[in-house]
Amino acid sequence: MSKLKAKAWRNDATAKVTGRAKYTDDLKFVDMLHAVPKYTDHVHAKITGIDTSVAENCEGVVCVITAKDIPGQVYWGQIQKDYPMLAQEKIRTHGDVVALVVAATREQAIVAAGKVVVDVEKLPAVFNPKEAMHPDAPLVHEDKGTNIVVHHRVRRGDMKDGFEAADFILDEKFNTQFIEHAYMEPESAVCNPRPDGVMEVYGSMQHPFSTRRFTAAILGVPLSEVEVITVPMGGGFGGKDDTAAIVCARTALAAQITGRPVKMTYDREWSIRESYKRHPYVIQYKMGVSKDGRITAVQTSMVTDAGAYCSVTPWVTWRSTVQCCGPYKVDHVHADVYGVHTNNVFTGAMRGFGSPQVNFAIEQLVEMAAEKVGMDPIAFRRKNMLRQGDTTVTGQVLDTHTVSLDQVLSNVMNEIDYVQKLKRCTYGMSDSDEEYGIGLALSYRGMSLGAEGVDFCSAIVNVQADGSILLETGIHENGQGSESVMILVLAEALGVKKERIRYRRPSTSTIPDSGTTVASRGTLMGSGAVTKAVDQLKAVFAEGLAETLECGESDIQFKDEKILSTSNNKWISFEEGVSILFSRQMYPFAMGVFKAPRVSWNEENGQGDAYFTWVYGCQAVEVTVNKKTKKVKIINAVASHDIGKAVNPPMLLGQIYGGMAMGLGYGLSEEVVIEQGVIQNTNFHKYKILRATDVPEMTGIIVENHDPRSPIGAKGIGEPALEITAPAAANAVKRALGIRSHSIPIKVKEMLNKEV
Amino acid sequence: MKTIINGVKISLRAEWFDKDLLDFLREDLDLTGAKRGCGIGVCGTCVILINELPVQACKKTVADIVDMTVLTIEGMSNKDDPLHPLQQAFIDAGAIQCGFCTPGMVLTAHAFLLKNNCPSREEIRKAIKGNLCRCTGYQQIVDAIEEAARHYRK
Ligand code: FES
Ligand code: FES
Repeated sequence: MSKLKAKAWRNDATAKVTGRAKYTDDLKFVDMLHAVPKYTDHVHAKITGIDTSVAENCEGVVCVITAKDIPGQVYWGQIQKDYPMLAQEKIRTHGDVVALVVAATREQAIVAAGKVVVDVEKLPAVFNPKEAMHPDAPLVHEDKGTNIVVHHRVRRGDMKDGFEAADFILDEKFNTQFIEHAYMEPESAVCNPRPDGVMEVYGSMQHPFSTRRFTAAILGVPLSEVEVITVPMGGGFGGKDDTAAIVCARTALAAQITGRPVKMTYDREWSIRESYKRHPYVIQYKMGVSKDGRITAVQTSMVTDAGAYCSVTPWVTWRSTVQCCGPYKVDHVHADVYGVHTNNVFTGAMRGFGSPQVNFAIEQLVEMAAEKVGMDPIAFRRKNMLRQGDTTVTGQVLDTHTVSLDQVLSNVMNEIDYVQKLKRCTYGMSDSDEEYGIGLALSYRGMSLGAEGVDFCSAIVNVQADGSILLETGIHENGQGSESVMILVLAEALGVKKERIRYRRPSTSTIPDSGTTVASRGTLMGSGAVTKAVDQLKAVFAEGLAETLECGESDIQFKDEKILSTSNNKWISFEEGVSILFSRQMYPFAMGVFKAPRVSWNEENGQGDAYFTWVYGCQAVEVTVNKKTKKVKIINAVASHDIGKAVNPPMLLGQIYGGMAMGLGYGLSEEVVIEQGVIQNTNFHKYKILRATDVPEMTGIIVENHDPRSPIGAKGIGEPALEITAPAAANAVKRALGIRSHSIPIKVKEMLNKEV
Repeated sequence: MKTIINGVKISLRAEWFDKDLLDFLREDLDLTGAKRGCGIGVCGTCVILINELPVQACKKTVADIVDMTVLTIEGMSNKDDPLHPLQQAFIDAGAIQCGFCTPGMVLTAHAFLLKNNCPSREEIRKAIKGNLCRCTGYQQIVDAIEEAARHYRK
C-alpha cells in the first residue's frame, strides 16, 4: 500500500481538478463553423472522381474542400513529404481523408459527409511488410520505386569469430503488435483567421512547431503567419504529432477558405482509424553464448510495418538499431533493421519509440540463453551487462555518467524479494488452477534525440518590475507536468519562491523552435535551457547591483528571496534588486539556450556515439495465471530508474506508474486488430486499455546519479518507465506456466493450446 | 419541466429531450468539464452525477434529467471557495496528469465515498473501474480517494 508522502504540486492542477481547464474542444469562437473528415471504404485505390455537389447542397453546409482547393503543399511530412493532407490521386490506406465538409453544426457536416461520392479504381494492396519488400509487391508510393522506407545496420566485430567462440547458439523469433496511444482526448483543432492575417491555431497536439510547419505548408504561407497556441492536452504519449498536426492544418485550411473560425473534433472511431500506431515488429535473433555464460555474438534482423506513410519510421527504427542488443556488452554484432510501407495504418512515434519491441525480445532471449548454459538469469545478466567504461554495440564508451544497471537491478530485487519469490514459481506444475511467476527486465536508454536530429532548446525568463517572473520554454506540456518542472528548476536556480513564477502560455510566435517534446527530453533539455537563462540573468543582476552591494560582481549570490554579497554580507530583497535594475535602465530578462552535446553516427556500419547520455532501469512483475479462465493477473510491480535527479518526485512516480500500466497493457491486453487494412477495434469497448482493477499496486524507486552533461543533473523518465514492463511480465508468465510467449499481447489460451 | 444543475434551477423545453445530454451540457450550458473520450459509455470521461449517482452523460438525453438534481465538476466547488477535500486530495496525491479523465474520476469517486466512507483500496479500484486513465496507472488516484475518505466520515 502506498502512503501519501510528499505532496505533489503542479501549476495546472487546480484548473484541471475543477473542470475549468479549457481543452481544445472546450473553446468556442463567435461565428464558428465545424469541419469533419470524409473517409472512403478503400485501402488502396486510384481516385477517378470526387462528387461533392449533393453534399454541398445539404442543410447548413458552407463548403466541401478537396485536395484541389489546397493553396500550398498537398503532401507534407516530418522526414519524407509523402502524407497527403487530403488524398489527391490515390487512396493508400483506410484512414485517408478525401474531403473536408464544413457546416454550421457538426451534425450537419457529418450528414453531408455521407453524401460525398468518391469514384475509384481499386488497386491490389499489400499488408505484410515482408511481402511488401518483394520487388513484385504492389507499390504504396510509385514515386519511391520501393516499399522499403529505411534500412539501418550495425556491423561490429566479426561474426565468424563471434559464433566460433560460442558453445551454444540460440535462434529465436519474436513478434510485437500494433498499439494505439489511446490518449483520452481525441484529436481536436480550432482555427481562427485573425484580422491581422495570422492564422491562430489551438489544437490537441504535442508539437506546436511541427504543427506550425504542417499548417504553413498546406496554407502556402510563411511560418510567421501561423501562430500555434498551446492549450491543455488530454494525453499524447508520442501520438499527437503527425496526425494531430494534420488535423490542425486541415482545420486551418477550412478557416482560411471560409474566412471564419472552424473547429474540427474527432470521434474516437476516426481517431483510432486515422492516427498512427506503435510499430509492430518481427524480430529474428541468433545469439551465440559460451559455456561460461558470455554472449559472444548477436545477429539480428528486424522488419517493421511503416504503414502507408513514412512519418518518423527512420527514427523509430534507428533507436531499435542502436539498442539492438539491450544493455549488454557484445563484441560481434550484425543487425539489419527495415521499415517497410504497406497499405496498413501508418506507424509513428509512441512512448518508447523503437525500444519496447526490442526489449520484449532481448530480455526474454537472455533468459533463454541463461537457461541453455544452465546459469541463473540474473547471474547471466550481471556477467554481460554494460558497466562503467564499457563500450556499447555502436562503439560508444559509457564514461561520461554513472552506469547504474547493477544498482537498479539490486534495488528491484531487494524491494520485491526476488530471490525468495523465485522459489515459489510454479512452472505449470501447480496443484491448483492458479500458477505463479515472477519476472524482471533490464534496460538502458539513450536520452533525447541523439543522432536522430538537431537537438536544442530555449527558455525565456522575464522578470517584471514588481519582482514577479514570467517563464516560458520551448518544451510542451503534454500532461506530464513539464511546466511545473520548469518552474521548480527556475525557483531553485534563482533562489526564489515558486509562487513568484508564472508559466506563460507558449505560442510559436514568442519563443524559438525548440523541437518536439518527445524522446523523454522535456526535463533534460528544458531544465538545461532554464539554467542557461538563469546564468545570464544572474550576470545582469550582478552587473547592475555590484555597486549597491559594494562588492565584486562575482560575489553576488541568490538565496531565500534575497540577493546578497558573500564578501560583506550585505543584502537586498529580490524586489529591491529588480527595481534598482529598472532604475538603471536594465532589463532583468534572459533567453537561455541549451544545446545537446555532440553525438555522432555512421550509417554505413552503425557505429558512433549515438546519444549524449543514457538512463538505466529495471522492473519486476509478479503474476498469477489461471489455467481454467486463461487469465493473467498482475499482482505486483516494482520499478527502479536512474533519472539523474528528481525535480518533482511525486510527478516522477506518476510517470513511472503510468508507464508501467501502459507497459502491462502492451504485454497483456492491447492490440490494434487489422483485417485487410481495416482496423476492427476503433473504440475502447474492443481496444482494451487497462482499468483500475487490472493494475496492481506499484512501487517506484528513484535513483539519482546526477549527470554531469545535464546542467541540473536530471535526465528523463517518460519512456524508460514503459519499455521493460512487457518483457518483465513475459518472463513472469514463463515462470508461471513453464512455457514462453514469443509474441505480445500474451495470449495464454494460444500458448496452452500450442503445448497440447 | 425543470432540472437542477449545480444548484441552479433550469427549465427544460420538450424539444430538447432527445438531445444528447453531454452535448447539452457542453454546447448549450457551456459546462465543458465533462469530456467526450469515447462517446459510447466505456471511458467515463463524461461522468456526471444525477441524484448523486454516477452516470455517463454520453449515454443519456436531456429527458433523463427532468426533475433530477445534476452535479457536474463545475459544481464541486465554488470559484472563490477552497477546493472540495476530494479535489485537494487529487492534487496532493499527484493524481492529475493530463487531467482529461479527472472530472469524471472525481465525480465517480465522490458518489462512491458518499456511500462508502471507509473503503479498501480494492473497493476504490472497483468503484473507478468504469473510468479510464491512460496517464497515471491509477495508483495516485487510488491514493487520493483513500486519503479523501476521512473527510466523508465527518
Ligand atoms: S464519453 Fe461517455 S463514457 Fe466515454
Ligand atoms: S490524467 Fe490523463 S487520462 Fe487520466
